[in-house]
Amino acid sequence: MKALESWGRYPRVEQRTQPLVWRTDALPQPGGTVLPHGLGRSYGDSCLNGGGTLLLTAGLDRLISFDAATGVVRCEAGVSLDTLLRLAAPRGWFLPVTPGTKFVTVGGAIANDVHGKNHHRGGTFGRYVRRFELVRSDGSRRVCAPDENPDWYGATIGGLGLTGLVTWAEVQLKPISNPYVLQETVPFGNLDGFLEVARESEKDYEFTMAWVDCLARGRKVGRGLLYRGNFAPPQFDGLPLAKSHLSHGVGLAVPMDMPAFCLNRLSVSAFNWLYYHRQNGKPKQRLTHYDPFFYPLDAIYGWNRIYGRKGFLQFQCVVPYSTARDALAEILERSSRGGLPSFLSVLKTFGDIPSPGWLSFPRQGVTLAMDFANRGEKTWRLVEELDRVTREAGGAVYPAKDARMSPESFAAYFPQRERFSRYVDPAFSSSFWRRVNPVALPFSLESERGPAASRPQSLLAIR
Amino acid sequence: MKKVLVLGATSAIAQATVRLLAARGASLYLVGRNAANLEAVAQDATTRGAAKVESRAVDLNDFAAHESLVDAAYAALGGLDGVVLAHGVLGDQTEAQKSWAATETVLRTNFLSAVSLLTVLANRFEAQKAGTLVVISSVAGDRGRQSNYVYGASKGALNVFLQGLRNRLAKSNVAVVTVKPGFVDTPMTAHIPKNKLFASPEKVARGLLSAADARKNEVYVPGIWALIMLIIRTIPETVFKRMKL
Repeated sequence: MKALESWGRYPRVEQRTQPLVWRTDALPQPGGTVLPHGLGRSYGDSCLNGGGTLLLTAGLDRLISFDAATGVVRCEAGVSLDTLLRLAAPRGWFLPVTPGTKFVTVGGAIANDVHGKNHHRGGTFGRYVRRFELVRSDGSRRVCAPDENPDWYGATIGGLGLTGLVTWAEVQLKPISNPYVLQETVPFGNLDGFLEVARESEKDYEFTMAWVDCLARGRKVGRGLLYRGNFAPPQFDGLPLAKSHLSHGVGLAVPMDMPAFCLNRLSVSAFNWLYYHRQNGKPKQRLTHYDPFFYPLDAIYGWNRIYGRKGFLQFQCVVPYSTARDALAEILERSSRGGLPSFLSVLKTFGDIPSPGWLSFPRQGVTLAMDFANRGEKTWRLVEELDRVTREAGGAVYPAKDARMSPESFAAYFPQRERFSRYVDPAFSSSFWRRVNPVALPFSLESERGPAASRPQSLLAIR
Repeated sequence: MKKVLVLGATSAIAQATVRLLAARGASLYLVGRNAANLEAVAQDATTRGAAKVESRAVDLNDFAAHESLVDAAYAALGGLDGVVLAHGVLGDQTEAQKSWAATETVLRTNFLSAVSLLTVLANRFEAQKAGTLVVISSVAGDRGRQSNYVYGASKGALNVFLQGLRNRLAKSNVAVVTVKPGFVDTPMTAHIPKNKLFASPEKVARGLLSAADARKNEVYVPGIWALIMLIIRTIPETVFKRMKL
């Protein structure tokens, strides 16, 4: 047993690990429950299995085939999106959907049915998964596709790694003319401004997302910068290249845990003010390589360390358009008043393209992601409040970024939960899954948590 | 190295090396024991850009098959200019102390099969007056320690054999590269608790290839092991024999 943490560095839980090496090998049966674990970029506990075993898929990182004519790539589940990009981009293909980091595995992208800046046009990652192999603890192996074992297909996409081990998958890539993106930055003064610019941008731009100044209040609540872009055509009209155009650059690294005082209300506030005002309120166009456009944070290796040893809580919700304005205003106001600065807050609209995954998080509406340094009770209380607002607005919270949602919230957010749970492999489980399904809890939650990660006692009172 | 025979291609270091060679567009002849695993490595190499990939599942402890194996590699790739010899076993020191059979397995796999293969290959390369023979040995061959001297002996014997081979082939323009990795994080060492000295197979593969490109003689990868082993070798035997290493 060793203590492991996920990307949010909270919680730290004790578990065993077992590396997987070959896709044709039998599924390990170490006793207790298992959970596939890729690059560990989930923020909370959905990629942890306290008291059980993590099946490390990093060794399942072989490519199987790539057809440069059709853009169909087949690979083992531990292959990272970074590897796929290095293979495909020089040959004129790109990921159909990509999250904000390329350091996730294909298996992880399926398990969390990840979304990207093009949800309004392309939907989720799962839509491009043509087929995959699912290995269950009873020794069975099935190829799952929309027309082959469709139930297993629907349960596994967005299924949080609980339906079995995905050994390989086949993904449809999309063609690009070149690896550069024509990007435009548009400032907006508040939430209404965001909704207006976002709606308008969806018509002409494949990619949209907005940085929001989470400390702005009152009339300025929800102000920020919207980034919109399209892959550049084969020939473009000579815009200057951004300085950050270098591909796959290894950028800065956060060398150590930052002391807590570096990240306070004043520093984040100053950063946000400068960031917002650096382009004088005017739209700005430039040409940029896909790498900094899609993966700005990957350039800062280990950026999760800026929150220090206690880690942070990430909160990402989606709320329907009908309630979005009021709910998001309340969430932003509360987090601003909470005095706990979110280093990076992101707003994005989700379109109405349905996902094949039953437990998929994205749904039509507006999504907001924030991270909060973990300062115990205060942070927990705030995030619990944000969760409540989301629930009342008819929205949902993203399991891949959660370390604390209640069973009641989970049930409210994921109406297909009952149907899904019949497909969970009896030998598979996760700390997240046990938390949101307390009936099935084989041991107490407290034993999973190390002393450093102890949860505020009064939390149960909040619920 | 453009046309490369990889022996023990399913080992972690070999797989990482195969990827780098594939990305350079090399042609590869991959040899390993398990056909399904070998196929997975071959597909990976093809997809990553290898000009040609052929593979063959054989047990390299069948010495009689070595000559025909090398023939097949020559025929498949239309010649050979590089060899990466990566097969080997760690063995279990405690088992080896108890039984000659366990000791013999380690010596046969790590030393004798390598010598048999290199005998065939060295003669071909000597005749064609070109080529690079890269052999993965180990820092364990630098000094016998109670914790793994059987494995160490197999690698130490291999090192001496390679020295002689290098000496002989120097005039024929054939490079013999002895690669001595330190601790590597692979399935072979999965049971050992990891520390900062463990390197990734990718890092070792990069070191291996740059040594091969430069036609070096003996290299430690990562380089820090040159210093560590210098110290270990320098300790006087009277002191060393009392140490727990």
